[in-house]
Amino acid sequence: MLWETVKLAMSSIRRNVLRSVLTLLGIVIGVGAVIAMVTLGNGASSKVQENLAKLGSNMLIVRPGQTTFGPGGSTDARSFDERDVAALKNDLSGIRGVAPTAQKQMKAVFGALNYDASVTGTNTDWFTVQDWVLEDGRVFSDSELRAGASVCVIGATITRELFAGQDPIGERLRIGNFSCEVIGRMAAKGQSAFGSDQDAIVVLPLRTYHRRIAGNTRIGAISISVTEAAAIPRVQRDAEDVLRERRRIMPGDEDDFTIRDLTQILATMASTTAILTGLLGAVAAVSLLVGGIGIMNIMLVSVTERTREIGIRLAIGALERQVLTQFLVEAVVLALFGGVLGIAIGLGLAAAGAAVMDVPFNADLKVIALAFAVSALIGVIFGFFPARRAARLDPIEALRRE
Amino acid sequence: MSGEAPLVSFTGVTRFYGEGGGLVRALAGVDLTINRGEFIAIMGPSGSGKSTAMNIIGCLDRPSSGSFTLLGVEVNHLSQDQRALLRRNFVGFVFQGFNLLNRTTAIENVELPLIYRGMGRRERRERAREALHRVGLQGREHHTPGELSGGQQQRVAIARAIVTDPLLLLADEPTGNLDSQRSLEIMELIARLNEERGITVVMVTHEPGMAGFAHRIIRFVDGRIASDEQRAAA
Repeated sequence: MLWETVKLAMSSIRRNVLRSVLTLLGIVIGVGAVIAMVTLGNGASSKVQENLAKLGSNMLIVRPGQTTFGPGGSTDARSFDERDVAALKNDLSGIRGVAPTAQKQMKAVFGALNYDASVTGTNTDWFTVQDWVLEDGRVFSDSELRAGASVCVIGATITRELFAGQDPIGERLRIGNFSCEVIGRMAAKGQSAFGSDQDAIVVLPLRTYHRRIAGNTRIGAISISVTEAAAIPRVQRDAEDVLRERRRIMPGDEDDFTIRDLTQILATMASTTAILTGLLGAVAAVSLLVGGIGIMNIMLVSVTERTREIGIRLAIGALERQVLTQFLVEAVVLALFGGVLGIAIGLGLAAAGAAVMDVPFNADLKVIALAFAVSALIGVIFGFFPARRAARLDPIEALRRE
Repeated sequence: MSGEAPLVSFTGVTRFYGEGGGLVRALAGVDLTINRGEFIAIMGPSGSGKSTAMNIIGCLDRPSSGSFTLLGVEVNHLSQDQRALLRRNFVGFVFQGFNLLNRTTAIENVELPLIYRGMGRRERRERAREALHRVGLQGREHHTPGELSGGQQQRVAIARAIVTDPLLLLADEPTGNLDSQRSLEIMELIARLNEERGITVVMVTHEPGMAGFAHRIIRFVDGRIASDEQRAAA
């Protein structure tokens, strides 16, 4: 009986392919939008997760001045010095490391080749704090740090661009009129969460950087890695206290530095994505509603067109329930047809979008199943009223209709 | 299904349509008994109430007052579904306009009442084929109504009406859309079903030639029975 009804429904859709497809556009668009957005959203958030991991886990970044996020900020703010770093390292508990950084974009030269590199002065904690993996060689020794030795560790991009195939360890890299011996090279990290190449980097001991590159002793930022995520707020408060004391900021005065929790920034980015997804979800919901009304409309037309057929069925002994089921199944089959079309289109769009936006394509089976179920539900909800109208027809009236 | 009760019984049956000033009286107190195995022709001018009487006998309509029983069962207070069950099990309909489903084949049309009875596919096919055979349409099982002549379409409709082995075959002007040759063939088929299978036939017609096949002719005028005439079996 059910199978007969499904077959009947299929044939009535086949008879009016164009009409059915037009009717279903609302559902196709709604389901397609949801599938595309959720699939892309999944890809984007898994990329954010990945970036979170790349940034180094549980990291706080301290910068001088009350700046908004990003480069620039007030230059007149007092920068940090090595004693601030030492104080933080001594006074904070529950941390993995404290790494001061000072940075400058410069050309790194080897032989005839050169490449724009982010030249960074720091200490050995930095490798831990930023989760760098050393692929070959070693990092700075304590004596090299103290003495400001002419040694450097390079990122994967520098290795690739300047040493193409050659082992860089032991070679001398020139930066401006300063040259350093390459003692280690790091594994690739890829793009940062903000789109820059993190591997175009040359790392020097902080003192070497101050003396040979910068000509001052400023520290641009201090990264603090916290052992456990739960401790981040506490460490942030403690670090603030330490720095306020060292910089002699009166109680009630504003901090002249900023401590940021990078994971929070990424979480904000992720929640922005979530808001966007929610908005598109709302659009999709409206589209599904419109699609449902389309189905209701077409089913009412169908009931009117087939009044005589319904009369015949009732006359030969169809129960109200059986006529109701027939039209309900038709509505559901119609809606499912739209749903499947929408899922296919949505996945196609998501695959294209994922390729363009360079995020992974994560088709979520649960979401697809849900879209399928929602389509069926729309068929039931919006098909019910027309189906009931069909079932309640008076057989005499229905048979009289031409 | 008591053997005593007549197949159909009308006692003071009236049927009104509309309300107030627009009230139309289709049946104005009809008493009628139909026994099993009869072959009855109902005649009368249009608007005389004969179609209303047929609809009531077929459990498609209910009397406004009076009592109508089918197999001793009082139908007046039955719900639409309960009446559908009576139709499904005891009544077969043949209409003037054939009323086949145009997009389905002959055999699928004949199967339809069996589908609603929940019969399995194999048995259904078998019985539908047999019914088509009985009306002389072997080999036309997979033609759609559009591919069949009027006479053949009416045969499909008759096959659909008898596939459930009904007690009662109701035919509303079964030959109204057919030429005289096809009309005779259809009437002979109906008479044979009455004779050989004992199916009670109630037929509305206004062609005296067709009514001549019946054993009893009832004439309606203005919602009442004007004459009820038994004829010697031909």
